[in-house]
Amino acid sequence: MSQFVETNTLIAPRPEDPTKDRTMILNMGPQHPSTHGVLRLVVEIDGETIIKVVPDIGYLHTGIEKTCEAKFYQQVVPLTDRIDYLSPMSNNLCYCLAVEKLLELEIPERAQWIRVMLNELTRLNSHLVWLGTHAMDIGALTVFLYTFREREEILRIFEHVAGQRMMTSYFRVGGLALDPPLDLFERIQKLNKRMPSKIDEYQNLLTGNPIWVDRLKGVGYLSAEDGIRMGVTGPPLRASGVDWDLRRDMPYSSYEKFQFKVPIATEGDVWARYVIRLEEMRESVKIIQQALDGMPEGPITADAPKIVLPEREKMKTQMESLIYHFKIVTEGFPVPAGEVYQAIESPRGEMGYYVVSDGTAKPYRVHMRNPSFATLQALDTMCKGRLLADVVAVIGSIDIVLGEIDR
Amino acid sequence: MPAITLEKHAVLTEMAANPAVAALSAFGPDFIRDARFDRSELTLTVAPENIRAAAKAAQDAGYNFLEDVTAVDWFPAEPRFQITYHIVSHRHKERLRLRAFVDSVDPSIDSIVPVWVSADFYEREVFDLFGVRFHGHPNLRRIMMPDEWEGHPLRKDYPVEGYR
Repeated sequence: MSQFVETNTLIAPRPEDPTKDRTMILNMGPQHPSTHGVLRLVVEIDGETIIKVVPDIGYLHTGIEKTCEAKFYQQVVPLTDRIDYLSPMSNNLCYCLAVEKLLELEIPERAQWIRVMLNELTRLNSHLVWLGTHAMDIGALTVFLYTFREREEILRIFEHVAGQRMMTSYFRVGGLALDPPLDLFERIQKLNKRMPSKIDEYQNLLTGNPIWVDRLKGVGYLSAEDGIRMGVTGPPLRASGVDWDLRRDMPYSSYEKFQFKVPIATEGDVWARYVIRLEEMRESVKIIQQALDGMPEGPITADAPKIVLPEREKMKTQMESLIYHFKIVTEGFPVPAGEVYQAIESPRGEMGYYVVSDGTAKPYRVHMRNPSFATLQALDTMCKGRLLADVVAVIGSIDIVLGEIDR
Repeated sequence: MPAITLEKHAVLTEMAANPAVAALSAFGPDFIRDARFDRSELTLTVAPENIRAAAKAAQDAGYNFLEDVTAVDWFPAEPRFQITYHIVSHRHKERLRLRAFVDSVDPSIDSIVPVWVSADFYEREVFDLFGVRFHGHPNLRRIMMPDEWEGHPLRKDYPVEGYR
């Protein structure tokens, strides 16, 4: 079997040498419960052993990059939510940082800290979904109910702060959409205090479970060299022993002011990825605590009246603000020509936005570099020679979101 | 942030110690067609036929991780397609943007899959959405759109509602 060019040629028998024709082609998906979206895998198996896995993607392609070209810069923000629907705040942040870099806009510290805090909450949110579904794929149904209990509280916080549970669009170019509600910090504090014991609880449910250990240890091995060669980022790369985290190594949005550890493992298997993500959750809790403790006072939007919408009150009482408001809403704001690439550490790995401006009010080109897209290329390497049932464990461990792969 | 923008000559002289600039300058004075340091991002433009050599040189200079390959359509200007590569160095903690421009007549460029396997999906995406072919790509076929799709959606002359 040299290449999977067409499915028809894949499935067709090979009459030239029937004795060697022992393999079988199996379609996993696009409607498969463990693919977390609509991913189709064409798997070639010899008995139960995997010879080759070819991902077939594009079922969720909605042309978001094309749509962005027809919107004003500010109007792109809601589109970014819909790319990776499990970590909308990371997408918002990455896009806003890219446009702010083009505009060379200084964001007030308070807005930056709130962005960091909400980003870490998003990481918790995303990792909770991952842990619940990953465990469910492997057959441990209980954990799902526990993780979604905490996730529900995070979503309530998101609703409280942004008015939306999932598609938050809370970060805007130039700062935040609204002042955070008064009791926001208390609510996050309450959740954050609870969180470490909850993570212990998940760990108690899984780490000592012999079935869980057997299904995870030694499965889906990826070496550090292969990880770098194949563009793997985030927890899967760190589980292979590469010490690289953009929050620490190329800090953005004042991450350099926070103290946290970057968990590393060297095993490179599904188990290591599980351990790393649990540790990351603990680190996120620490970052949120630091943000709550040291939250600076001040404005939440940049001082740029031509870019940031004026406050409602000012808009209704001051002529100048009314004009700015009208101009921003009807014409957008021009962005100086140039190109920028901004990368952040999303829960799944390196998320990057490449924004090209031609000097008008609409982006000339927006391209998203999504972690899952690149990580999916390593699936074949991780699954080769293993059993078919391990594919499910490996897909769970790389934590893909099809919305961001297909865009 | 202080806005420092350096144009070609300034980049080549003032940033000569930069590992990427040094590695690509070693090929000769005309290898780097254009250079720019803008908003703390380094952009080097090379000729399309040199892209694989440039990628290999960058990799050897410590820029070990290919982050992204994409394209920009400058229709109706010529050369029309800008192929952009983002490469990061884990050692130097620096990012490099390589660019190459290709014409609209039979747009094609060398594939960098021999240098970075991860370019596979990205180049397929560019081929699918822009119609730029990559020489030496192991499996160049559509990745997002159906195989029988007509046209390349991210081209600027492609109607938003598709061909009817």
